[in-house]
Amino acid sequence: MASLPIRRRIAGPLFVALMTAGLTAGRADAQAAAKKDYTPADADFMQMMIMHHAQAVVMSDWAATHGARPDVLVLCQRIALSQRDEITLMQHWLEARGLSAPDPLRMNTPHAGPVVDSSPMHMPGMDMGPDPMLMDGMLTPAQMRALDAARGVAFDRLYLTGMIKHHEGALKMVAALFATPGGGQQPELSGYAADIDAGQRAEIGRMQAMLQTLPTSTSPTR
Amino acid sequence: MTRRPHLLTRRAVQALWTLALTAAPLALATTARAQSDTTDPRAHLKAGLYDAGVAAKGMELVAHRNKPDVFHPNDPGGLTYANSDLAFGGHYVYQGNFSGIQVWDVADPANPTLASVTQCFTEQGDVSVYGHLLFVSAENTGSRLDCGAQGVDQTVSKERMIGVRIFDVADPTHPKQVADVETCRGSHTHTVVPDPADKGVVYVYVSGLAPVRPRAEMASCEVGDLGDPNSALFRIEVIRVPLAHPEQAKIVSSARIFGNLTAPPTHGLAYADTANGAGRRGRQFTPRVPAGTSAADSATIVRLFNGWIEARRGDPKTEAALRDSLDKLGMKMPEPMPRGLGGPSQCHDITVYPAVGLAGGACSGYGLLLDIRNPEHPKRIADVADSNFAFWHSATFSNDGSKVLFSDEWGGGTQAKCRATDPKDWGADAIFSISHGKLIHRGYYKMPAAQTVNENCVAHNGSLVPVPGRDIMVQAWYQGGVSVFDFTDAAHPKEIAYFDRGPNDSTKLVLGGFWSGYWYNGYIYGSEIARGLDVFKLTPTADLTQNEIDAANLVHYDLLNVQDQPKIVWPAAFPVARAYLDQLERDHGLSADRIGAIRDALASAEGMMGAKRSAALNKLAAGLAGDAKSASDAWRVKLLTACVRGMAKKA
Repeated sequence: MASLPIRRRIAGPLFVALMTAGLTAGRADAQAAAKKDYTPADADFMQMMIMHHAQAVVMSDWAATHGARPDVLVLCQRIALSQRDEITLMQHWLEARGLSAPDPLRMNTPHAGPVVDSSPMHMPGMDMGPDPMLMDGMLTPAQMRALDAARGVAFDRLYLTGMIKHHEGALKMVAALFATPGGGQQPELSGYAADIDAGQRAEIGRMQAMLQTLPTSTSPTR
Repeated sequence: MTRRPHLLTRRAVQALWTLALTAAPLALATTARAQSDTTDPRAHLKAGLYDAGVAAKGMELVAHRNKPDVFHPNDPGGLTYANSDLAFGGHYVYQGNFSGIQVWDVADPANPTLASVTQCFTEQGDVSVYGHLLFVSAENTGSRLDCGAQGVDQTVSKERMIGVRIFDVADPTHPKQVADVETCRGSHTHTVVPDPADKGVVYVYVSGLAPVRPRAEMASCEVGDLGDPNSALFRIEVIRVPLAHPEQAKIVSSARIFGNLTAPPTHGLAYADTANGAGRRGRQFTPRVPAGTSAADSATIVRLFNGWIEARRGDPKTEAALRDSLDKLGMKMPEPMPRGLGGPSQCHDITVYPAVGLAGGACSGYGLLLDIRNPEHPKRIADVADSNFAFWHSATFSNDGSKVLFSDEWGGGTQAKCRATDPKDWGADAIFSISHGKLIHRGYYKMPAAQTVNENCVAHNGSLVPVPGRDIMVQAWYQGGVSVFDFTDAAHPKEIAYFDRGPNDSTKLVLGGFWSGYWYNGYIYGSEIARGLDVFKLTPTADLTQNEIDAANLVHYDLLNVQDQPKIVWPAAFPVARAYLDQLERDHGLSADRIGAIRDALASAEGMMGAKRSAALNKLAAGLAGDAKSASDAWRVKLLTACVRGMAKKA
């Protein structure tokens, strides 16, 4: 699975301008704070995490129609709701700084029917955009199709296995952000990244325990 | 099954089968989950930073102060100048801010004056005060030794200061920075714990969520798994502070309270959901949930199951046979948990209640109960998880120590989680009773009014309101306002007062609202992230009478750090007796005639002096002792009797 520490092309001219300005954290200057209180790694993190979250939402939304076990369904409902809200939060953070905010689920534009990927990657359920790449822990299009084809216990197993990996990828992205010079110091981002780390770590624990209660074959009680 | 499986007795197999089945599909027939009230007056308030609409019940605003200019009061949004938590000492309120500290003089609570403001970038600026010392949490990796706001550009830097800053506030108009105690993961929150044996010493429990610092920056900071005794993860740091020599403050122990949390409890579903699904269980498989298990809690079942397996791990032969046996049952041998992954590596916040020797740790996916009788070495005695909880945030004990309330900061506090569509048991409080060292889930509380998508809202910081005879709490819900509720009946908590303003902005989510709402000496102080400081007083309603408010106002603290929970003791006094009587009237605990007669007797005694009053009160107490035998609320009549006896002694 491709692991990309920095995504280069997204922010465009503004991004380049900020890079050349040698910008890091500029909180001291209150007037300018709104414009230059982040590092390139901060912006990359938010843009990449939107794509990462979008896939988690697509996976979780399938639970209702794919025969997920009730406790798995509740977990999926909360992951979908939480991560949709977080996509909105990240989009607002980027927009407030004049940065481009990906909208892979078309949450901000009216559309009919399922979202179709405009990229050659053909990722189910989301638009990977003009610069498609898989972040840490993301499922490949083939893995996504396998999950979409699964039902009942098979869905539960693929979902939990995939989402644990997906969450572990998010933890790696958080760690990578904090390992960059000056990364993750903008206060909203600092709190948000710490929250991803704490929240998804706890969810990994829940999913591991759920995985352990799945029968190996389809049980007569289902 | 044709032959007896290896290692498993028939009884064990049956038990396992039962466990496995009940652990799995307690069906949720897509129940409609309870949702917030869109008809509440708080649901549709006009937006505005300083001219927002207001809805209030049972409390009124007596003073408001904007943030001082250095914290940009007219430029809300973002967290750089966000107000955070509160601490209280004498007639001063210490208010944290992501960029410093404010000290308010509240000698006249209706007229707070700014005693000082100190600029120091310190996200998130959680504050505690003890004696002449003020402790401030610094977690943001850009926090600097010199308090500057420019951040730290290098990944390894001597300029970074994450941990606990210590100020001398002997003169609150001139706080002086006297020490910094650095930690490996900074300090998100901290808790002051006075040494029971030495008045000159306090301990500070540090909860830090920042990534572990590189060893090149702080040599002792190792990243290791749960089994590594040197790991900076999976521990809370305990700082010992000699009050006379804060410069000697240092970390004296690292309590490893996260070990052996067996398989993380999943609590697959909420109680209501599992009960709903109970009817769909196969008839031959009677669930055997052990007595004392929290209602239909699949966490316990999974834990039992995994614990049973774990106990048989280690010897490869045993494991292979067990795997084989399970396979025949159509079950999979659980993989051993990677040590620590999935479990908490740190707490978010810890509330200590020294009077009962306990602490409540809100730690990632768990609520922990700790024994703190030896404050230098806290020990875990119980743990609980709940699938409705995303992130365990903080804890509050009932005054008698029989209950603990944990809050869930779903979404981290920066998101709208009180929309009409958000479930009422997500981002809420969960109330547990403490029984023989175990935590038993009883109920949930969530501020009931629906809020807009432009209001960040979720359970946050609160404290007890000292009304005798009831468990009442005031709690901040960010832009959901402040909510006062009664959780005496833990299964049916009920709101009794609130204050809420409309959103900061009508077009987008501009961060703000109440970080904390705490009762201190007759007033409720609210730390408003964007708008400043608010002071409230409670006003009488059918749910809270003037006598009950007067009785609460008899309680006086010289000092209050809410996470170091004080034991409330009420004086034997007329307002307390009348508060109990009002409660007996409200819950029909005694006949109306009798309540009227007791009120008259109290009024008559109040008009007397000395021995005469004493005799009248003793006579009343004797009558009450008789009432207790037949009253439907005998418990409260006994409280009243003891109070009247105490009053007789004092007279």
